[in-house]
Amino acid sequence: MPNKLLLVILLAIFSIQAQAKETAADNYKAYCVQCHGMAGNGKGVNIRDMSVMPRDHTDAKAMSGRSDETLFKVIKEGGPSIDKSILMPPWGETLSDEEIKDLVQLLRMLCKCKFGT
Amino acid sequence: MNMQRIIFAALLGFSGAALAEGGMLQRDCSVCHNITGPAAQTLIVAFAKKGPDLFYAGNKYRQEWLISWLQKPGWIRPAGIYYGDHIKTGVKSDEIDASTLKDHVALSKADATKVAHELMELKPHDDLIAKEKIEPGTISKQMGEMAFDKFLGCIACHLIEPEYGGLSGPELYTAAKRLQPEFIASFIRSPQAWEPKSWMPNKHVSDGNIQKMVSYLQVLSKEAANAK
Repeated sequence: MPNKLLLVILLAIFSIQAQAKETAADNYKAYCVQCHGMAGNGKGVNIRDMSVMPRDHTDAKAMSGRSDETLFKVIKEGGPSIDKSILMPPWGETLSDEEIKDLVQLLRMLCKCKFGT
Repeated sequence: MNMQRIIFAALLGFSGAALAEGGMLQRDCSVCHNITGPAAQTLIVAFAKKGPDLFYAGNKYRQEWLISWLQKPGWIRPAGIYYGDHIKTGVKSDEIDASTLKDHVALSKADATKVAHELMELKPHDDLIAKEKIEPGTISKQMGEMAFDKFLGCIACHLIEPEYGGLSGPELYTAAKRLQPEFIASFIRSPQAWEPKSWMPNKHVSDGNIQKMVSYLQVLSKEAANAK
């Protein structure tokens, strides 16, 4: 499972960051994995009965279609803020803006992609 | 100053005697449950939790349910307290690894009654509960489910039937049996007010929809199929 191995490595790198805020790796483990999966592939433990499947964060093609600002917005304000599913909730009361920015960077490492590439 | 010390020591002695009498909560329950507060302020602490926080049990649970459940405990969170410790890679998606879940100890009726009574004394969040006014109301199961599923998206993480819904959160078809309605309302309004690191997001649910969800959970819990 190369994707899972990659995620483990990425999580290890992000875990080394400063402790003043939560690391992106820990925030991903706490809040994102339940739907986006341990491997970040969109196959979380919650998806069985979902009407819309969570985004596969390792999908470079799909993820490169979203700007960093859009990713920030959807994490902070939820799916409907970018005309996507209500199943993606807003995390703005859980995460600080800085933590959300860190998560966007973690997503870029997961997809190995940038906006528009 | 000396008088203050004497009073302080006397208070300590008094609370010590009360705790010794309470016994089971401090001796046994506290191994897996936070019975003193505060709630986890960091994810490291939150990840390590083995059971739900009980230090606000008196603001949260219905006493009769506690007495019943403690005698015949079952899983309420299908994937445990921190779901990440109880999942594995599956064929179609991540799956629950049931071998990692441990059963809760069952108590005798006398012990269950005693512990439930002690738990109901723990009420540090009366302020949050006092902010909620539950309006008597009903909602059809169909309308409730539509709001729960389509408009609010709660279905992502919660079961509304034993085999329908998400798995990382607690099952909700038994919620109204387990929980005080004001707690349900308050937790939906702001999970972070109770647990800053809660896996549940604040979805800015409106007052009207909070009332609807409380009514809907009551409807669900009354269904014979969900009797538990």
